[in-house]
Amino acid sequence: MIRQTAAELAAKIHRGETTSVEVTQAHLDRIAETDGKLNAFLHVDTEGALAQARKVDEDVAAGRTPASPLAGVPLALKDVLTQEGIPTTAGSKILEGWRPPYDATVTRKLKEAGIVILGKTNMDEFAMGSSTENSAYGPTANPWDLTRIPGGSGGGSSAALAAHQAPLAIGTDTGGSIRQPGAVTGTVGVKPTYGTVSRYGLIAFSSSLDQAGPCARTVLDAALLHEVIGGYDPMDSTSINAPLPPVVAATREGAQGDLSGVRVGVVTQFSGEGYQPGVLRSFEAAVSQLKELGAEIVEISCPSFDYALPAYYLIAPSEASSNLARFDAMRYGLRVGDDGNRSTEEVMSLTREAGFGPEVKRRIMIGTYALSAGYYDAYYGSAQKVRTLITREFEQAFTKVDVLVSPTTPTTAFKIGERTNDPVAMYKADLCTIPSNLAGNCGLSVPSGLSDEDGMPVGLQIMAPALQDHRMYRVAAAYEAARGPIGGASL
Amino acid sequence: MTALSELMDYDEVIEKFDPVLGLEVHVELHTNTKMFCGCANVFGGEPNTNTCPTCLGMPGALPVVNATAIESAIRIGLALNCEIAEWCRFARKNYFYPDMPKNFQTSQYDEPIAFNGWLDVTLDDGEILRVEIERAHMEEDTGKSLHVGGATGRIHGAEHSLLDYNRAGVPLIEIVTKMVPGTGRRAPEVARAYVTALRDLLKALDVSDVRMDQGSLRCDANVSLSPKTTGELGTRTETKNVNSLRSVERAVRFEMTRQAAVLESGGKVIQETRHFDESSGSTSSGRTKETAEDYRYFPEPDLVPIAPSREWVEELRGTLPELPWERRKRIQQEWNLTDEALRDLVNAGAMDLIAATVDAGAKPDEARSWWVSYLTQQANTRGVELADLPITPAQVAQVITLVNSGSLTNKMAREVVTGVLEGEGEPDEVVEKRGLKVVSDDSALEAAVDEALAAQPDVAQKIRDGKVQAAGAIVGAVMKATKGQADAARVREIVIARCS
Repeated sequence: MIRQTAAELAAKIHRGETTSVEVTQAHLDRIAETDGKLNAFLHVDTEGALAQARKVDEDVAAGRTPASPLAGVPLALKDVLTQEGIPTTAGSKILEGWRPPYDATVTRKLKEAGIVILGKTNMDEFAMGSSTENSAYGPTANPWDLTRIPGGSGGGSSAALAAHQAPLAIGTDTGGSIRQPGAVTGTVGVKPTYGTVSRYGLIAFSSSLDQAGPCARTVLDAALLHEVIGGYDPMDSTSINAPLPPVVAATREGAQGDLSGVRVGVVTQFSGEGYQPGVLRSFEAAVSQLKELGAEIVEISCPSFDYALPAYYLIAPSEASSNLARFDAMRYGLRVGDDGNRSTEEVMSLTREAGFGPEVKRRIMIGTYALSAGYYDAYYGSAQKVRTLITREFEQAFTKVDVLVSPTTPTTAFKIGERTNDPVAMYKADLCTIPSNLAGNCGLSVPSGLSDEDGMPVGLQIMAPALQDHRMYRVAAAYEAARGPIGGASL
Repeated sequence: MTALSELMDYDEVIEKFDPVLGLEVHVELHTNTKMFCGCANVFGGEPNTNTCPTCLGMPGALPVVNATAIESAIRIGLALNCEIAEWCRFARKNYFYPDMPKNFQTSQYDEPIAFNGWLDVTLDDGEILRVEIERAHMEEDTGKSLHVGGATGRIHGAEHSLLDYNRAGVPLIEIVTKMVPGTGRRAPEVARAYVTALRDLLKALDVSDVRMDQGSLRCDANVSLSPKTTGELGTRTETKNVNSLRSVERAVRFEMTRQAAVLESGGKVIQETRHFDESSGSTSSGRTKETAEDYRYFPEPDLVPIAPSREWVEELRGTLPELPWERRKRIQQEWNLTDEALRDLVNAGAMDLIAATVDAGAKPDEARSWWVSYLTQQANTRGVELADLPITPAQVAQVITLVNSGSLTNKMAREVVTGVLEGEGEPDEVVEKRGLKVVSDDSALEAAVDEALAAQPDVAQKIRDGKVQAAGAIVGAVMKATKGQADAARVREIVIARCS
């Protein structure tokens, strides 16, 4: 049962061939069986999940129309989104024990759609990382090879999918945190257009870049989930008041296998030094496949993309330094050193010292520095200019092509511990994904098979302009159908 | 605490220094809801009851701008003759403080919604001074800290602190003047007059409660002294906690005398925040700002830019009420007042009351006469401000109507007003309870007149002989007989008719 797609499971539940409780229990069992090795979940809400499942089953038994096409299907929720009454940590010690008094908009929409939330998944602390090793609660392993990372920051969600602990998951993508974990675990991950999925209740890392999105094992499942969580939200001022792109329809169209008339641009900047040969070979094979499906392949040069990584590492930490200021021991979470003699400032300092991990501290310091008087123009100001250039280059590229493609990440999953002492090497995992965040566009990662040198999954990234998410779903669905199965994780 | 001996005599200060003022006024808007969330914006209330994830700075919560607050900000900007930004953003002002839930204040930095304006301020002698406005920008208020156990109620020395976030996120407009130089001796008065004018303006706009005692209008007074010998600008201090108009004046004056003493003794004025103490009328050192604090401002990424269309701005300009000084000018013309008479009315706090009485139907002269004579006497006797007398302009207007219709004599009218002031109810009720009614029944009056004529036959004869002025004695007798409730003019008419 746990090998089936979300769409298949939903259909069976809705037809009464199985129940949501059965499906949910099967996944809870799978979690119990495997999570000791994986550490994908920070919290499993067994009772809450089964209660939600029973409600769906009652609806089906009473002959009521299911709340959504995915009603009754279980899901793993990244621990960066609030869920009322359920521990939410964002992977940080500083929020240990906090139970939010409110649901994120995404969480509310999942509940309203009858989707069963199994629990909260592990992540790099405050979504800062590419390996989930920065979690305060220990790393998550990659189900394909337990000695390797599952990507990050959303490694808990990607590992849960690859290990069949859940058929659906929610991630958040600030610089690649949905797509890169998808790529290295052989799963599908989508960063929707900025502003099309509400950020209300998403614990902010970098407000102008953060975007929640769907994760699944198939493109169709991702599209179905995308339509559940997306749409305008008046609680988020940066939410776009426009209809959600028709991603499910585009997926079904793409699955027909015809891409004639679609112009696909290959970004020339994303290859060469630093790219694993097996990844590049997989990517080239994928591009050939797209050509066979009828797509027109064009090479596109976007020279400013070379500056995306440094610009990102000024903008994101700057916003983070301010967003994370609220963790001060006053109202929620950890409090250290409050012995009645220490001043408020001392307690704040001690709490932040003890509660934040090294990568979070590094970024708070970088961001604080970049925003300081006298440095602002040189750092934050210049980075914003690069951001504008990248946005323009995307616009120009999209006058010539419908979508852009690249490898999702330069290498396959690396070994746990391999890059922990080299932050820049770690940051490079997001080289290809960051430009879409800076421009506010959408991006998707779909598995393109396994690398021939290590047998680990590789991801094909498809990027489209803002509000054209359906374009990438169409291409991904066509490619997925033509590619055929890639096999499964060994776990 | 600065000892009095460390202050310079005020005349000497003016002889040696030119004071330079800068005033920052924070106004809490009285919108229904807070600046960035749907919580009620009300003063008071049980601590931490008007709060939600957004104004508590909970992880994940996001702000949404209150459209009414933007509207108020634009109207304030227009009333202050400012330019209104075509495009502006909010910015984050980053600093740690326990009563600020996010540890940044959502404010505006280099893109205020309104800028480059002015406000004409009327000084006590009627002179008008134009104060230039640098900017008016939007921001959110902080929560309130209550420091328990210390001697001063301030954070230093407190045993513990309590936090109330009801005020966190209340919409604020900060109005900042440009430097105000050249006011000399009158600097303290100018500061008070500016805040007064601003308060009256905001009241007319109906955007705020403007209650200094409740903190809905707060003034920070920046003062520096420039030595007359060099003309160089001095180091400024910023005095906070100035909670009344009178305190504004006192705080500026105190700072001038204190800074002058420091400079005179060869010392340096420290750039710092100072705290005004109402009871002693002095200021004391707060946070030292030796190095300007770095707030690391950057555009607020959780909010989108505000781009008020020119059509909207013009529409809002159309909603501006008659502004206080325009009103004063109009009233002066309508009431035909000299500059001096107008100023007296304004200074006595009578103008608004008279205007309201006129609005309730009285003639300006009648209304003015009541407020400046009898009611002013009553206020003085009771030791209260005119506006605080327990009588409304509408009630005064009713009394005037009763006099004009002949139902009350002026003497009786004063008795009715006294009754209202003593809490006996509406004018009608006082008339009823005190049995105050002009005897207007001619037959009753005729009988009384006949009786009086019969009692004083010699006087009656004189009147018959054409000595009309002798009628006064008969009128007096009739008034006495009717206990003053007759209309004396009518009595006189009857006396003359009877004797002709």
